[in-house]
Amino acid sequence: MASVALTHLDPASRAAARGWSDLTIRNLFIIPTLVFLIVFNIFPLIYSLGYSFTNFAANRTEPWQFVGLQNYRELLSDDHIWSNFVITAKYVIVSVAGQMIVGFGLALLLNRSFPMKGLITTLLLLPMMMSAAVVGLFWQLLYSPSWGPINYVFGLGDFAWLSNPDSALYAVAITDIWMWSPFVMLLSLAGLSAVPQHLYEAAAIDRAGWWYTFTRITLPLVSPILLIALIFRTMEAFKTFDIAYTMTTQPTAELIAIRLYKQAFQQWDTGKSCALAYIVLIMVLAITNLYVKYLNKVKER
Amino acid sequence: MTQIELRGIEKFFGAVQVIHNLNLAIADNEFIVLLGQSGCGKTTTLRAIAGLETIDKGDILIDGKAVQHLKAADRDIAMVFQSFSLYPHMNVFENIAFPLRATRMGSGEVDKAVREVARVLRISDLLEKKPSALSGGDMQRVAIGRALVRRPKAMLMDEPIGALDAKLREEMRAEIKRLHVKQGSTTIYVTHDQIEAMSLADRIVIMHEGFIQQVGTPDDVYSRPANLFVAQFVGSPVMNIVEAGVAGEANAARVSIGEAPGGFEFPRELLSKLNGHSSGGLTLGIRPEGVLVRREAAPGYMPVEAQIIEPLGSFDIVDLKVGSKMLRARTKAGYVSGPGEKVHARIDPEQAHFFDTASGKSLGVRL
Repeated sequence: MASVALTHLDPASRAAARGWSDLTIRNLFIIPTLVFLIVFNIFPLIYSLGYSFTNFAANRTEPWQFVGLQNYRELLSDDHIWSNFVITAKYVIVSVAGQMIVGFGLALLLNRSFPMKGLITTLLLLPMMMSAAVVGLFWQLLYSPSWGPINYVFGLGDFAWLSNPDSALYAVAITDIWMWSPFVMLLSLAGLSAVPQHLYEAAAIDRAGWWYTFTRITLPLVSPILLIALIFRTMEAFKTFDIAYTMTTQPTAELIAIRLYKQAFQQWDTGKSCALAYIVLIMVLAITNLYVKYLNKVKER
Repeated sequence: MTQIELRGIEKFFGAVQVIHNLNLAIADNEFIVLLGQSGCGKTTTLRAIAGLETIDKGDILIDGKAVQHLKAADRDIAMVFQSFSLYPHMNVFENIAFPLRATRMGSGEVDKAVREVARVLRISDLLEKKPSALSGGDMQRVAIGRALVRRPKAMLMDEPIGALDAKLREEMRAEIKRLHVKQGSTTIYVTHDQIEAMSLADRIVIMHEGFIQQVGTPDDVYSRPANLFVAQFVGSPVMNIVEAGVAGEANAARVSIGEAPGGFEFPRELLSKLNGHSSGGLTLGIRPEGVLVRREAAPGYMPVEAQIIEPLGSFDIVDLKVGSKMLRARTKAGYVSGPGEKVHARIDPEQAHFFDTASGKSLGVRL
């Protein structure tokens, strides 16, 4: 790292007068970050990898034993875990697809000038600024079978969204879409406003219709940033815990993160939980990697 | 076969009027250049014709049909933008094919048309490249290709070569001219560069602050400027503009500048042609090449002093002190040796222009 070019400190500056060099200032920023990363991220990561090969339980004092790959073997042959993964996959697909469609649609609507645009944009961003647990609790009330506004508005009588095994997962996904579409909207807006206006003018002169312009100009030019939104939302949706945990107890809506939580903090099976966490991590990495590869390909165009 | 007519166009941006009652008829196959400084309304006029800008009043007629309410796509006009506006994610072929594919032309026809245009523009070997890999001149050729490929009713060009460097600009200028001669389509071209305007145009439309100042052939606007603005805007080096007084003599007229004794000799018919403008409110315009300089005294020549000499290679521009005023003269390179040299000057009456100082209008005096 010795070859990193540093901007040289202005010798007349106050920092220089105090006897600080560029290097001192650089270290001032880098060392705390490194310490933080090592203590709170890298160390636990490696430590939990170690635990995942043991039968360690955090609530017991008796010595733990090294069990090799037994945790992994048990987990991967456990049908229950696989059903959790299938539930999670359904959830990710529904929720992320919904967020992309709603978020990008909102961005298309907002990508023009109209009165009170700033205010409306800010209001639309509010859901994603709320605490997920609060959102979960509120939507539980909205979904309430007997007096919830949702059933009232859609005339669904006393349909029990959250305690019906068929609908619980989708009810949670809808809440997630409500909460996180603004995030996709925000990124899409940035992407849309980065498309130069003169390209649309050129397309209009070239007699391209709305749909042709959208599919040939807008989408290709916005797609890199849409992919980034997709990566973020997939990763987040994969590890959704808070919303789902506060909203429903249906086994059909038991996401892998909830399963992991139960295993770690209700059954106190710490070693096995670490192994499960690693399996989840590898899956998320694999999916993200696919996206990033595709993103690089899109960017090259 | 396309005629374009603008009738009484007015355009406001908020409270600011940027185009004032603009009237212009453009004939089929004509190459029209809108010339003016930035902010004079020339680009707005062009964009209004293209349909990218609405107008507040007036009619835009293409082949006699009012189009001001039609969208850009329905006017069948092509445009070349200053920024080229090539689609960055498509290669050259796809860029040129875009207007054809947008109107659902069959792929065989598209291929043929694109290759034909590429051949004409000499960019056949660039078809697979992305715009970002092209030089400025080639980007320009692609932009022109995209405009030409669908054989539009008219071509609009908004400072198409303004972003190129000087040498390339000259090359592309010649190429645009060659294309126009070959393809022959009604063209409206916007520029602030008078040399571009002079070299390309059939007729030049000079605009200033939203008003048309003069419409005419390059020769018209150069030799017979309608007012002081046109006189100073067209031509390089700039025309000398000085207040002048005129006095009659037995068989000549004398035009005096800057209280210099004597004055320049003009034919006596100037007096009758000026028709009462002989004293006060008269401005003389003379291009540097109309100020004749020689080292020796001669009849009709006034002694003057050279002050600054700008060598420009093929000729020099010499600032001559005439009374309290300066006249810029064009001489052979090195003809006047240095500042302070006493020389003799005369104004060529045939190249002199006279303007009314108050209104700036040309008095139309030709000698």
